[in-house]
Amino acid sequence: MAKRPFNPDRDVAEWHGGSQPYDLLREGFVALIAVAILITSLALLFGSPDEKSVTIRSWARADATDFVTTALGELSGATTSAGYGAPYNHASDGPALGPLHIQRMAGVTIAVDSIQDFVIAPLDSLAAGRSASLTAALLRWHAATSPQRLLWANATVVGALGVSSAPAGDPVPELLSSLSAMATSGALDQSLIAGRGFFSMDYTKPLLFIADGNWFTTLADRQNLLGTQWGMMNETGSYPGQAWLWLYTFWYQIAPFNSSGNADVLVFATMIFLSGLLIFLPFLPGLRSLPRWSKVYRLIWREHYRRTGEASRPRI
Amino acid sequence: MTTQHDISRQWTTRARHGLLSALPADKLLPDGQPTYVASWIYVFGVATVSALVMVIATGCVLAIYGPTWWHVSSIGHFVNSLHLWSVEVFFFAMIVHLWGKFFMAAWRGGRALTWMTGGVTFLTSIGAGLTGYVSQTNFDAQWIATQAKDGINSTGIGSVFNLLDLGQMLMWHIVLLPLAAVALTGLHVLMVRVKGVVPPFATETEHHHG
Ligand code: HEM
Repeated sequence: MAKRPFNPDRDVAEWHGGSQPYDLLREGFVALIAVAILITSLALLFGSPDEKSVTIRSWARADATDFVTTALGELSGATTSAGYGAPYNHASDGPALGPLHIQRMAGVTIAVDSIQDFVIAPLDSLAAGRSASLTAALLRWHAATSPQRLLWANATVVGALGVSSAPAGDPVPELLSSLSAMATSGALDQSLIAGRGFFSMDYTKPLLFIADGNWFTTLADRQNLLGTQWGMMNETGSYPGQAWLWLYTFWYQIAPFNSSGNADVLVFATMIFLSGLLIFLPFLPGLRSLPRWSKVYRLIWREHYRRTGEASRPRI
Repeated sequence: MTTQHDISRQWTTRARHGLLSALPADKLLPDGQPTYVASWIYVFGVATVSALVMVIATGCVLAIYGPTWWHVSSIGHFVNSLHLWSVEVFFFAMIVHLWGKFFMAAWRGGRALTWMTGGVTFLTSIGAGLTGYVSQTNFDAQWIATQAKDGINSTGIGSVFNLLDLGQMLMWHIVLLPLAAVALTGLHVLMVRVKGVVPPFATETEHHHG
């Protein structure tokens, strides 16, 4: 192999200095015990948070108006999930990285139809115990065209006194009040989870529905979990959470990311780029010289330089 | 007939020779270290391994009883606290270790792969942390899953990696990512043993004379 010139940021001179006894396994054992004691102390002192999960039932009971407004939003296509795009539906292109709509290109692989999945299908599933007025409302809904359904949804108003609509024969108020009843009873939670038969460990539908509402955000706000509060790295209560995500959440706070509709993909792309820099640092001229220039190594190996400094002085 | 020549070309024989020459026992388990290995910074690599051992041990206890046990048992809750604080100590130690190795330019002298496996372990650990947070089966999990999905979806990864699918996330958290993290850590530490600990930057005087 051709001999490359010595580069202090890539190469080392072979070590001819001495060595000292060092009991690796004993050190490892002592470290493990010390770390175990530290962790146990922290766990005893601070514990861990466990905020109960939200259910559709608890949501509809705590803030009935928000629940009904959200359900109406699903019917009129006004919610986040209804307009999301891939991987759930084709409603939008999603964020873009320059000309690349990576999100859309990856395709709709977890199909979610907010109208059908969150509102109509659960009501359809109410066979026994379904009231005559709900049966009639569902019949009217199924027989109508999409534009007609949208007209109905847009004409519906959620007020302090309940759900109302001016056009005669608008089935939406009946659908929403039945859905509310289903939600407060807990039946809607089950209906959204059990989409694929008896077993399910997939909470995509109920989570998307819950996240469409304001109640969920209100709860998160109380726990300091919002994105504007650096929420992604926080945990409920005052726990350190995923502090190592600070750089990732940092970008969301500053321009141009904080005002961009494409922030999600821009921030992710930035982080992938920076991660690449981290991993390939040993090969990056300039960056890999920073440690030598910074001279922090003198602090780290203070002992060594003090010793060899003394040893090498007579050599000059 | 198998000749001597054939035997030396067997896969098994060649593997043994290769392993023994790359990893002689006195390199794997040396009884001494160069004199420059005298700094508090070396504690953090070992502390990271120790914290990882604690993460796995406490995670295994949680696994015995299943993912929702800790909501209903005070012992379970304590084990969860141990698991959480193991993770926090693990990341803290790992990040100090990373910065330490950065300021030591510890990739010098053919140690680039040690640095790179470390970096990949760091990223893998972030994935393990995220999947852990969304597998908590509580409000925190609901919030983090619905928030983090937008970033993951924007990259297209969300089309196959669904943060809202508890079954999938739990599998990643307790099978795939721990396997990767442990394998990578093993490789990382093995490489440190093979290459030996990186020597300090040569001082001006050493450099001119050497
Ligand atoms: C699970 C995570 C990690 C564990 C358990 C771990 C563990 C260790 C241990 C035990 C050592 C030998 C002792 C020492 O020098 O401190 C070491 C060395 C090293 N680590 Fe890590 N490490 C991890 C992550 C990282 C990361 C994220 C980086 C940087 C990107 C990194 C870079 C290095 C380098 C370059 C060395 C060689 C040091 C030398 O030759 O002096 N490690 N690691």
